[in-house]
Amino acid sequence: MTPGPEPILFYVLSAVAVGAGVQVIASRNPIHSAIGLVTSFLAIAGLYVLLHAEFVAAAQVLVYAGGIMVLFLFVILLVNLRDRPPLRPRLRGAFAAAAGLLAIGAMFVAAGRGRLEGTAAGASSAGGPGAAATGNLEAVGTALFTEALLPFEIASVLLLVAMVGAIVLARDLRRE
Amino acid sequence: MMPVPPQSVVIVSLLLFGIGVLGVLTRRNAIIILMSIELMMNAANLNLVAFSRQHAHLTGQVFGIFTITVAAGEVAVGLAIVLALYRRFNSIYVDDVRLMKE
Repeated sequence: MTPGPEPILFYVLSAVAVGAGVQVIASRNPIHSAIGLVTSFLAIAGLYVLLHAEFVAAAQVLVYAGGIMVLFLFVILLVNLRDRPPLRPRLRGAFAAAAGLLAIGAMFVAAGRGRLEGTAAGASSAGGPGAAATGNLEAVGTALFTEALLPFEIASVLLLVAMVGAIVLARDLRRE
Repeated sequence: MMPVPPQSVVIVSLLLFGIGVLGVLTRRNAIIILMSIELMMNAANLNLVAFSRQHAHLTGQVFGIFTITVAAGEVAVGLAIVLALYRRFNSIYVDDVRLMKE
């Protein structure tokens, strides 16, 4: 097995995704946060491609980097922004940071324990010839319209309800 | 072709989820809080796709597509609520909104 460009790409994309994620929560200006968010989304789409999930990558770019980012930018531009310190008063900020670090630590422990059991399955699937080596749109489509047909239809209803709800919530009732 | 080890993906997903948790807990701007929730959903989605790859089964990817769908609906409703908050309170900072506390 010859080492290809995947490991380097993986590390670069992961670093970009995490770094841009830090920018989302660290920057004072919401526009900078939005730019960090779209960068993170695109890097994650790259990770999906590395994981041979091309259709999920395409959906990620279309839905997140396209639709959701436009929504975020419109709302940022619609509301009036005043500058404020990003963190809560000192004590509560420290509490929040401690709770966050605790959660991260717990997940690191869980990930460390999972590694022991996961390695064998990962190695065996890595050694196999890889059924999804050249794009998996057909297989995903088949799974989506056979096994997952009912959730698929429910998702469409959910989107309709979300759309109607968003329109009703965002309407200015006082002006009507 | 050298595959990406799922363990590394889990670590990346972990870092992204932690960033999201920190953002939700420390920021006051409702828009940034929504963005942090999006980061957490992306981290979960990355795990789904990585495990789908590890087990050579497509269910994880199908779930990932549904997660993206639900995230789109969630963001639309969330940002509409932010707009309604802004109209009502003239602020999008969550500590200005405490009708239920008073």
